[in-house]
Amino acid sequence: MYSFTYRRPASLAEAQKLFEGASDPKFLAGGQTLLPTMKQRLNAPSDVIDLGKIAELRGIAKSEGGLTIGAMTKHFEVATSADVKAVIPALAELAEGIGDPLVRHMGTIGGSVANNDPAADYPAAVLGLGATITTSKRAIKADEFFKGMFETALEPNEIIKSFAFPKPEKAAYMKFPNPASRYAMVGVFVARTAGGVRVAVTGAGPCVFRVPEMEAALAKSFTPDAVASIKVPAGDLNSDLHGSAEYRAHLVTVMAKRAVAAAG
Amino acid sequence: MTATGIGAPVKRKEDFRFITGNGHYTDDLNRPGQTYGYFVRSPHAHAKIKGIDSAVAATMPGVLSILTGKDLAADGLGPLICGWLVHSKDGNPMKVGPHPALAVDRVRYVGDHVAIVIAETYAEAKDAAEQVNVDYDVLPAVIDGAVAHRPQAPQIHDEAPRNLAFDWELGLKDETDAAFKNAAHVTRLTLANNRLIPNAMEPRAAIGEYDKGSGHTTLWTTSQNPHVARLVLSAFVQLAPENKLRVIAPDVGGGFGSKIFIYPEETVVAWASRKVGRPVKWTAERSESFLADAHGRDHHTHAELALDKDGKFLALRVKTIANLGAYLSTFASSVPTYLYGTLLSGQYAIPAIYVEVDGVYTNTAPVDAYRGAGRPEATFVVERIVEEAAREMKIDPAELRRRNFIRTFPHQTPVIMAYDIGDYEASLDKALKAIDYQGFAKRRAEAEARSKKRGIGFSAYIEACGIAPSAAVGSLGAGVGLWESAEVRVNPTGSIEVLTGSHSHGQGHETTFAQLVSDRLGVPLESIEIVHGDTDKVQFGMGTYGSRSGSVGMSAISKALDKIEAKAKKIASHLLEAAADDIVLKDGKFTVAGTDKSITFQELSLAAYVGHKFPTSEIEPGLKEGAFYDPTNFTFPAGCHICEVEIDPDTGVTRIVKFVAVDDFGTIINPMIVEGQVHGGIAQGIGQAMLEHGVYDPETGQLVTGSFMDYCMPRADDLPSFEIGMTMTKCPSNPLGMKGCGEAGAIAAPAAVINAITDALGRDIAMPTTPERVWRALNEPKLAAE
Repeated sequence: MYSFTYRRPASLAEAQKLFEGASDPKFLAGGQTLLPTMKQRLNAPSDVIDLGKIAELRGIAKSEGGLTIGAMTKHFEVATSADVKAVIPALAELAEGIGDPLVRHMGTIGGSVANNDPAADYPAAVLGLGATITTSKRAIKADEFFKGMFETALEPNEIIKSFAFPKPEKAAYMKFPNPASRYAMVGVFVARTAGGVRVAVTGAGPCVFRVPEMEAALAKSFTPDAVASIKVPAGDLNSDLHGSAEYRAHLVTVMAKRAVAAAG
Repeated sequence: MTATGIGAPVKRKEDFRFITGNGHYTDDLNRPGQTYGYFVRSPHAHAKIKGIDSAVAATMPGVLSILTGKDLAADGLGPLICGWLVHSKDGNPMKVGPHPALAVDRVRYVGDHVAIVIAETYAEAKDAAEQVNVDYDVLPAVIDGAVAHRPQAPQIHDEAPRNLAFDWELGLKDETDAAFKNAAHVTRLTLANNRLIPNAMEPRAAIGEYDKGSGHTTLWTTSQNPHVARLVLSAFVQLAPENKLRVIAPDVGGGFGSKIFIYPEETVVAWASRKVGRPVKWTAERSESFLADAHGRDHHTHAELALDKDGKFLALRVKTIANLGAYLSTFASSVPTYLYGTLLSGQYAIPAIYVEVDGVYTNTAPVDAYRGAGRPEATFVVERIVEEAAREMKIDPAELRRRNFIRTFPHQTPVIMAYDIGDYEASLDKALKAIDYQGFAKRRAEAEARSKKRGIGFSAYIEACGIAPSAAVGSLGAGVGLWESAEVRVNPTGSIEVLTGSHSHGQGHETTFAQLVSDRLGVPLESIEIVHGDTDKVQFGMGTYGSRSGSVGMSAISKALDKIEAKAKKIASHLLEAAADDIVLKDGKFTVAGTDKSITFQELSLAAYVGHKFPTSEIEPGLKEGAFYDPTNFTFPAGCHICEVEIDPDTGVTRIVKFVAVDDFGTIINPMIVEGQVHGGIAQGIGQAMLEHGVYDPETGQLVTGSFMDYCMPRADDLPSFEIGMTMTKCPSNPLGMKGCGEAGAIAAPAAVINAITDALGRDIAMPTTPERVWRALNEPKLAAE
């Protein structure tokens, strides 16, 4: 780790002011990606601005037709929240399956989504449920948020404040973990919502994506068989030591079937 | 059996300090005036060093010194050695490429050592290391052992044309060839034994400290055998004379073989402490462990088994290419030869065996002993090909093994080993019962009904442990004797210190060795200290590896205890006024047989040191005895492991649903510790079979699996509950009847798992059996058609 200046602002405004005044700043949420990359000297910010003391970024609230979750809410809090379990149990289960207990007690939903790791779990829920992301500047729809590998619609000094998740009629997330890292090699979030069926896939490609053919088929018949013969093209998917693009494409179908079955 | 003696499941004495964070591992130690070393490592798999410019780095904050291979050579330090000499078929000795602790003009693998930066803090050393400018002329690299000795492959050492360190053979070539001509059936198998990266929980670390006044150098290091490290560093590397060098291996957190070897880093920090006049500490980051700890396995093998019409084995022919990495590590040459070829008879009477092994250099981390060392590779060949032969000949695999078991002992194999004792059928029968082999067909049908694939696989393994006697290993090329030493020091109050040449790095010697003493002398465990790992305290010893601490290390203690008992009885005879032959030692008391005249061990100890009541002209005062013990043979632990798996054909995910291990380890000192050793060994064996694989990029030679993100270690949820059973034949070649248990699981498990998976798949598959590989194996015809 290289030397850096550590900042811990008490408000969003102060955080943004510190960001403006630094040469190469980074916001620190749960630190589950930033800190390991800093330790490996792959990341060398001049200033690390810790968002952990900003009260308005935390908390889970039931809202009209769904849930609002503050960006700095930890995975453990989402996994164990009675409100989340009641309104969107699939989201609690997804959070319970992220990393290990240490990660779940440090990592945050906002940090995960802002980082947009292609193998992260939360982007599948945000996109799969059609959540709305409220930032320090504006509200962004999930469909407009995820732009590419580690890329989002966020501007440099823009901070995620909260996520508004609509309550789905049915939803489930199925993850096929990478055997070594336990990140999603393929993760499929399936939801039937008032706005239609959504299928979001993480881990398989460079960025979380929807599968319109599956959504259309499930809109007609919300059964595992409906997606059993739908394959995503392997050409767009990731390939590595643990899984070729062809295998990942196959797993998308298998995990989609299982997610539909689990959603009931 | 007493509550703390031989056979008692005593809780480990050492665990309280370990689990409360009060152990003293090398990195926990800090010396006054300590500095920190950081190594500049090669980013290339193969390159010439044209120049090293450290001018900028040298001016950076806190930097004290930057040292290179030229400085090391200028101080007269020689290269690291390989301590086991093997010969090629033509009688020539193996071809050794020099292995300087810091590279001089060439680097040969990613992570190879180029320079050390020494600074006031670790961060300053690391910052400056980034500014050391090394001018490399990058050369083509070769990482695959099967490719390395082709004529067009890049040449790694001038001394070893076509990268061949040795082409070694063992066994009966003509008899084997003849047997194949008369065979009713021949089974052929090509297999790879995947490269493993050891990953002990504690990364390697070292502190060198030079005392200007006495001229002594002290080296604290994560070693399994501190005396051998001292011997090599003084006699061969010329670091310091043996009497001026103290090597201390304090608490060590796991070794699995990887801490046997004498590495560049510890050599360099010991020398560098003299250069800078202050202690120098280095602790590996996990990334460095991946790159520069000696790796394990990495064989390509073709094997053929000849059988008669009834399934009797006639001959076995094996040809192996062993990837040795970029340099010959300390015992690298012995692992794929004398620890491998000699075990190819397995548990079977095979009249003719012939094995050829090509040891080749590649641009990868050196490969050396890793839990089992050669014997897992041998077991994998034998047990895979036996299982395949059973399938091809449509003979039940248990039955085929039964028809070929060795049943009379001693048994001389065609590959050096003379098995002393065993009962292979007993462990097979017990394992078959434990796994309910009869019920397997029903379980398979039930799985089939759920669209799952079930398979069952056997591994009737044997290993040679103890790695002794000295004359035997000497005749095979070992540069050292492989006995063990012990000293038992009874204090005047009757408490005891045992100084052992064995070294505990997770095995629990502080408990088991104390149990032996408690059993013999009737002294409570709390009064017994086991002292190990310090060359200034302990007489010369050979260290711990090859499951040798019980059979060899404890035998040395037993021999010293014999002497203690004999002398104590002589003293007791004077104190109790009886003949020494009439004195009985039992329950911590010396008693005159048939009387109630007795004296406690504590009273006798005091009397021995006071010397008032026996003639010190005949019997020396004090009670301290030493012994060096050299056994008469290797020991031969053996057993039968059976694995049952279930595969999800949709994903290729394989779950082990049952794993049974029945082992014959001879006498067992502490069954709880033995079970722990078996569990750990099986976990590592399953890791090799299903999860772990050290992968280099074939073009660039970069280590692809350089972290836990890509190198898959077994975790608790990858493993089933193991069902452990024991059978027992006492080993006749050591006084305690012990055989050793540390490696059995890692040796037996891979073949059991792969035999089960191939049974489920109906075809062969390479290790590790990742879900994708399994899925492909099940769907290949369909995938090819698409």
